[in-house]
Amino acid sequence: MSETEQAGEEAVGTETLPLDAWHRAKGGRMVEFAGYWMPIQYEGIMAEHLWTRENAGLFDVSHMGQLALSGEGAAQALEALVPGDISALKPGRMRYSLLLNEEGGILDDLMVTNEGDQLGIVVNGAVKWEDIGHLREYLPDDITLNHRDDHGLLALQGPKAVDALARLVPEAAGLVFMQHRRAAWNGHAIGISRSGYTGEDGFEISLPNEALTAFADALCAMDEVKPIGLGARDSLRLEAGLPLYGHDLDEEIDPVEGDLGFAISKRRREEGGFPGAARILGHLEGGAPRKRVGLLVDGKLPVREGAKLFDGNTEIGVVTSGGFAPSVGAPIAMGYVPRDHAVPGTAIAAEVRGKRVHCTVAAMPFVPHRYVRKQGG
Amino acid sequence: MPRYYTEEHEWIDVDGDVATVGITDFAQSQLGDIVFVEVPDTGAELSAGGDAAVVESVKAASDVYAPVDGNVTEGNGQLEEDPALVNSDPEGEGWFFRMTLSDKSQLDGLMNADAYKAFIADL
Repeated sequence: MSETEQAGEEAVGTETLPLDAWHRAKGGRMVEFAGYWMPIQYEGIMAEHLWTRENAGLFDVSHMGQLALSGEGAAQALEALVPGDISALKPGRMRYSLLLNEEGGILDDLMVTNEGDQLGIVVNGAVKWEDIGHLREYLPDDITLNHRDDHGLLALQGPKAVDALARLVPEAAGLVFMQHRRAAWNGHAIGISRSGYTGEDGFEISLPNEALTAFADALCAMDEVKPIGLGARDSLRLEAGLPLYGHDLDEEIDPVEGDLGFAISKRRREEGGFPGAARILGHLEGGAPRKRVGLLVDGKLPVREGAKLFDGNTEIGVVTSGGFAPSVGAPIAMGYVPRDHAVPGTAIAAEVRGKRVHCTVAAMPFVPHRYVRKQGG
Repeated sequence: MPRYYTEEHEWIDVDGDVATVGITDFAQSQLGDIVFVEVPDTGAELSAGGDAAVVESVKAASDVYAPVDGNVTEGNGQLEEDPALVNSDPEGEGWFFRMTLSDKSQLDGLMNADAYKAFIADL
């Protein structure tokens, strides 16, 4: 027996994160991911996934890059590289955006937060060094870029996350989705945002490395909180219809093809001035030739990344993420198909080990988002 | 009824000229939650070390190899309905397939229970 798909890649030079010993003590099974040893699971992906949907799951996402831009005109400078309206971002607000290359292809997807005195940016761990290089090359010299590698990042996700976090940091309960604030915990300056990548309500908490273990322990001492590994993080985000960079998005794919048109702000659509604007605005206007779609899979056979998609005998596309969806109770997938096949309800087939598996193009998310957008709402 | 083990974490129970094959408890614990099992068709010709079945966990697909040469006499149909049997009873109800033995001398190259236990302790 052998795995045909490896969770990790080359393990040479793999680094450890500040919570490494904590994960191992909690029974985490460590794999190499984005250059770090990270927990793929603790008690099991299925149980951890379902726990997060019903309670609160604690994820260590300290492999992600936490950056900060400061200096006069930082927002305008960043707008030269991303299609979001960063200038309009009010203090304490955050926005999903995309780092684009000259052709409009996606170099990374990221979160930008107006922290008042600086712009916080969180980028994917797997490409953070490339992102830093790109930002340093293209931002003006009077904009300062800091890599906050003395900070870790935790995500607490699930319907009970707010109750758990508010016991440690009462201000958390006052935030709504995509809102950020600074706070203090045990004398440490921390940043909290009501955000995440599971489709559930939840928070992301940035803390100094030296505070991580005690904070994780304080959360996991609560009945509703358990540590959750990368495996469930992947199945949760897949059900939420959220793309994973390097799989569902890459440098060849533009935001419209990636079904991320919402990330191109209204003012930027009118004014352009971001990389690849001609291609992207053309696709917004006339439609992109291909589009990222969700797929509901008939039967129980998982359809995974790399599976070819067919309409009859014609190959029409490829699956970029897929697997068994614990909350759906069936396999689901994401992939790219031509525009005329992107309508929900379209019947196509995926090829798995020479067999055809029937799939139906489906609207995403597969599991409804449960973000808290209004206080008391 | 002697039971043999492979370095690829399959077990094989031999009863006369027919053998039952599955994956070990260690293997299922490494794979995690199993959501799909593809067993070989009856009559399929297997050769030692060749692909025989596929087991899919939440995170990945893994190949299961034939421990010896032979022909498949039966796949475990129960796994289609309840693939989690491989997690709950890997070395019993969660068997994968039954096969004939073309060359019993191939069993000599496999491990017994004690040898397998020592083998996984070193992993």
